[in-house]
Amino acid sequence: MAGTPSQGWTPDQPIVRLVDVHKSFGTFEVLKGVSFDVRKGEVVCIIGPSGSGKSTLIRCINALVPVTAGSIQVEGIEVTDPRLDKLALRRKVGMVFQQYNLFPHKTALQNVMMAPIHVLGQDRREVEARARALLTKVRLAGKEDAYPGELSGGQQQRVAIARSLAMRPDVMLFDEVTAALDPETVKEVLVTIRELAEEGMTCMLVTHEMNFARDVADHIYFTDRGVIVEHGPPATFFASAQDERTRRFLSQVL
Amino acid sequence: MIEAVQAWFQRLYETTGFNFTVFYDPYDWNRYVAGLRMTLLLGISTILISLVIGAVGALLQSGPSRLLRGLVNGFVVVFRNTPPLVQIFFFYFGLGTLLPAMRTADGLRVPILDNVQWAIVSLSLFAGAFNVEIFRSGIEAVPKTTVEAAEALGYTRFKAYRHVVLPLALRVCLPALNNNLINLLKTTTLAYAIAVPETLYAVKQIWSESQNVLEMMLVLLATYAVLVGVLVWIMHRWERALRIPGYGR
Amino acid sequence: MNPSDRNGPRADERPEGRPTDLPVLLPFAISKNRPPARLRPVHGWLLCGLAVVALPAWAQGGGAALSPLEVVIKWAPLLLTGFAFNVAISLMAMAIGTFAGIGLGLAMLAEGRVLRRIAWSITQVFRNVPWLVLLFFVMFLVPFQVTVFGIRVPLPDWVKATFGFSLPVMANVAEIVRGAVRSVPNTQWEAAESLAFTRRQTMWRIILPQCAKRMLPPWMNVYALIAMATVQASIVGVTEMLTLTAQVHAAEGGRPELFAPLYGFALLCFFLYCYPIDRLTAGLERRFETR
Repeated sequence: MAGTPSQGWTPDQPIVRLVDVHKSFGTFEVLKGVSFDVRKGEVVCIIGPSGSGKSTLIRCINALVPVTAGSIQVEGIEVTDPRLDKLALRRKVGMVFQQYNLFPHKTALQNVMMAPIHVLGQDRREVEARARALLTKVRLAGKEDAYPGELSGGQQQRVAIARSLAMRPDVMLFDEVTAALDPETVKEVLVTIRELAEEGMTCMLVTHEMNFARDVADHIYFTDRGVIVEHGPPATFFASAQDERTRRFLSQVL
Repeated sequence: MIEAVQAWFQRLYETTGFNFTVFYDPYDWNRYVAGLRMTLLLGISTILISLVIGAVGALLQSGPSRLLRGLVNGFVVVFRNTPPLVQIFFFYFGLGTLLPAMRTADGLRVPILDNVQWAIVSLSLFAGAFNVEIFRSGIEAVPKTTVEAAEALGYTRFKAYRHVVLPLALRVCLPALNNNLINLLKTTTLAYAIAVPETLYAVKQIWSESQNVLEMMLVLLATYAVLVGVLVWIMHRWERALRIPGYGR
Repeated sequence: MNPSDRNGPRADERPEGRPTDLPVLLPFAISKNRPPARLRPVHGWLLCGLAVVALPAWAQGGGAALSPLEVVIKWAPLLLTGFAFNVAISLMAMAIGTFAGIGLGLAMLAEGRVLRRIAWSITQVFRNVPWLVLLFFVMFLVPFQVTVFGIRVPLPDWVKATFGFSLPVMANVAEIVRGAVRSVPNTQWEAAESLAFTRRQTMWRIILPQCAKRMLPPWMNVYALIAMATVQASIVGVTEMLTLTAQVHAAEGGRPELFAPLYGFALLCFFLYCYPIDRLTAGLERRFETR
């Protein structure tokens, strides 16, 4: 099942490992050699100016974007392997998007239930019980039968989080999940993510919420022009950034 | 009941001269009903077949094979830009006579497809070509990011198509599809030209024998008004049933 | 960080996903922005070429008779004259229908409720009845001559047929006019009203000029449809291309293998006429959409 480690991988090794990842779109090189490790239960935030390749980086991890060179491993699964079993990978890696991307023709509950039933072939009744519990967990009890179009942005984003969790992933990727939200609904989504992090879910976030990153992250990576410029635990990262680019960026956003 | 209606129309004829033979002469009535049945057969079968052609064509058009894409494009272009009546003639006379025929025990030539079947084939292809375009534009209107979300949840290409893309595409293209299917129902009258005994054909037979052109014209107009009306109603019901609260306008 | 960054996805950062705002709430609209080279003429040429060339070759008949291709070439001038007649009928029907349709469309937008209702009913009837039925209607119920101011004007079949085709054109044009006028934002009416324009002035000087461009593609679409429908005149006995095709076939001894090339030739003529119109329409649609 979803938690089963692959051959040769043990929980004490990094759950996600990137080694010298390169990615080009045509002649434009978005990622120019990115390497880092994420350990199980860690919360990692990736920050940086726009166009620095943050979203591309996070999309490479669940093979939505194929990399040009380098290696990515998730629980020992080699993502760059051309014979990659995408289903096996995506069971382990959940993803939440900036634009929620709920399926507009299904209710909130159906959105959460669809993938476990269609993709994993699980029992409908068992899935429904789990889906209801997940919606309650993201504080959307009572909204089960609402369609995405009837929900606010923050509510939709929480349904999207529940939808990902329904697949029981080991790693969650969050791609600027609050960027499209009204300021007043940002908080409710961040609270949900924080709870997840506190429960020990391995999370990777691309975010512009610096205060949130400072509070929740175990480790912060700053990317610019396709490379990791600087990284460290939030305390040191925000207090004493070494690189000129990092300092300039932080002075603009803080 | 039936007798009363018949008697009423008989009296209408005797007092005013309006001769609605269909409503009191069982022979004409049966011809008319047979014609109506044929129109329904043509309409329903061509609607169903053209939907299948449209769905398959749209799938092939977004598929990987260049040859198939080219063929589907060619099919769409040709059938959209030539008169359906000439298509029917081309199929029925042109291809129908070229195809090998079976022979009965006493040596009579029996074509593989009769005129009704050829009408169904060519009308389905005609409307199918439009459906391909309609479905394709529907599929293109589904946001790429929604498909991406399905992929991120582990959906295969095919499953994402079935559970996410198609249901959404169908809703987007329903108004255009409506129009085309209504058009198709109207186009079934062209089968008249190859002597398919549909409503127009039956009604014309009746008026040339009973000499009541005006009356039968009115019956004809009313018949198509009702048929189109029923189809419009069904399609609207369908549109309503598929409407997603909060989505679209 | 630059605050404008938060407002939307950055195209440069995710070239694989189109920047859309809230896809869930995207309006329902069929995207008409199809890539220009979608349906290339070459496909049509190929198929139609097949119809005229390959079929006769496949169906080579007896030795003495002309080959199907030779038959088509021999009769092409006559058949093309017939085709020209189809084009003429379609142009006349389009002219009459457009004229009447604009009037009917404006009547559907009139202030008087009764007039609006009547215009709407007429539009619905003529849009929903099969064109062939309308054609029969006109052919059988319009007299073969009419008397205007004591002068007898004969109405030959083709005139009646033209009239028959202009009825559905009228209804479709009326619907186009109505739709286009409706699509002009209400603020335009309000602005004109505040400048003391009358309703009629507003319509003719402000609204209609704005929607003329919008009406062009659907109007051309109606034209293509009517051009293809003119062959139906053969069913009610008007001599046009399809009638001539059948006559040519009989004149050549009614050989069954001649059907495909002869009707294929008719298909080809219409295709060559209608396909450019179709392309032009799609091109205009795209151009107007992007502005």
